[in-house]
Amino acid sequence: MTTPTAVALEDAKVAFRLGDGRVYTAVEKAHLSVAQGEFVAIVGPTGCGKSTLLNAAAGLLKPAAGSVKIFDRALAGLNRDAGYLFQADALFPWKTALDNVAIGLEIKGTPRAEALPQAQKWLTSVGLGAFAGRYPHMLSGGQRKRVALAQVLIRDPKILLMDEPFGPLDAQTRQVMGNLLLDLWNADRKAVLFVTHDLEEAIALADRVVIMSAGPSSRIIGDWRVQLARPRDIFEVRLDKEFHALHREIWSVLKDEVMKGYAQSTQAAEAV
Amino acid sequence: MSRVTLLALQVLVAVVCIALWQFFSSVPVFGKVLLPPFFFSNPVDVFSQIVKWFASGVIWKHLAITLWESILAFVIGSVGGVLVGFWFARQPLVAAVFDPYVKMANALPRVVLAPIFALWLGLGIWSKVALGVTLVFFIVFFNVYQGVKEVSRTVLDNGRMLGMSERQLMRHVYWPSALSWMFSSLHTSVGFAVVGAVVGEYLGSAAGLGYLIQQAEGVFDVAGVFAGMFVLSAFVILIDFGVTLVERRLLVWRPTVDGRG
Repeated sequence: MTTPTAVALEDAKVAFRLGDGRVYTAVEKAHLSVAQGEFVAIVGPTGCGKSTLLNAAAGLLKPAAGSVKIFDRALAGLNRDAGYLFQADALFPWKTALDNVAIGLEIKGTPRAEALPQAQKWLTSVGLGAFAGRYPHMLSGGQRKRVALAQVLIRDPKILLMDEPFGPLDAQTRQVMGNLLLDLWNADRKAVLFVTHDLEEAIALADRVVIMSAGPSSRIIGDWRVQLARPRDIFEVRLDKEFHALHREIWSVLKDEVMKGYAQSTQAAEAV
Repeated sequence: MSRVTLLALQVLVAVVCIALWQFFSSVPVFGKVLLPPFFFSNPVDVFSQIVKWFASGVIWKHLAITLWESILAFVIGSVGGVLVGFWFARQPLVAAVFDPYVKMANALPRVVLAPIFALWLGLGIWSKVALGVTLVFFIVFFNVYQGVKEVSRTVLDNGRMLGMSERQLMRHVYWPSALSWMFSSLHTSVGFAVVGAVVGEYLGSAAGLGYLIQQAEGVFDVAGVFAGMFVLSAFVILIDFGVTLVERRLLVWRPTVDGRG
């Protein structure tokens, strides 16, 4: 049986032109595929170009070489099949929580009268049914992430791209959000590409963990399958023996890259 | 500090100032009146002049004219500022070409324009409106320009990823962002609309608060000048209060305006 490939990066290279005219290659020859219904986490040291790779899959960045295919079709422009969860606050500050969620449907032309009840339903399913009238600045960081999640999911995208979405949250809130994400994902199993710097989070959530080397010109240097049973509870799964074995195995590879990335960033600072 | 105490202290400042003014303009100190009534008048005369204006109803006509000129200047200046600000922010080439001219026009003291406007538009309300517009326009223009250019990159990307077309981005992202910047300068721009109107009236007109002050000054009626100034201040405070109410309604989503909410 072959499941269709949702996202395929084929030898993708992403480069930026720097202010002084030099070209900075963020990611080199990245080869990565995400099958339909598969949850893939990308982990790597700071500045390794994980987010860059994600933006290439979203169509926000165009690869300098190689190709991005979405459901076997070359991606031109923005990826219309994907929902994107940003690391920074991306809600519209001038809209209430309800309007922020409803806008996802309104853009597609759904009449407001139809969009609002659905938005309310989504807010309830992320646990914010009572906060519909609040503006983003009246919500906590975790609540804002919940609204953002509802805003993305209400459009029912086939692919979810997540850029360290829980990065700014505190440790407990992250775990709660992780469980919420898994619950929602279990309902219809979208293809997920999840970027994080937290290896534990990656193993707890994903079916596959992909490791990237330290930048610049970072590459994908490892790809592990996570065999832990689903549905998972993030709090429980961290106590699992298999979890620890896998964590030790991946960390032995990741550790060198983290040290390399750290050394480079300090050297760069000294050079300045 | 409670609101009552604060208000009491604020009133106290006014009472002390007026009492000192009355004292020094009527009681000789070491055989000399420090504030000669010819130059400084005194609170009693000023107050009776204000009462006379309101009792006879003369003042209403002048207030209405000034208010009307301020409103027109504010509306026309704001609409112009929003449109041009938007256009410049979305077309960097246009903005770059016009940049030196915008700076030149903004650096020009508006008072020198007043005679020209009077020449072009006559001594009626429109020359005053024009003067107010030149003041309001630039404030709104700079704010909207800034507002559109400084839309958060993430919010913009989010809009794009949610599938917004350019027109939807305009409506749901650029427009609210620009408006919020415009409203944040509401106090300044409304204030300048009034300044434009009054200065215009002062320099040549047949009605309005500026005209009233100028007339009194022409006959060395210092009490009239002070009375005009007090009515003008009260007028501005009332308008400013109205603006605060509007702002509170329009900017509920902003943490700075309603931090306690």
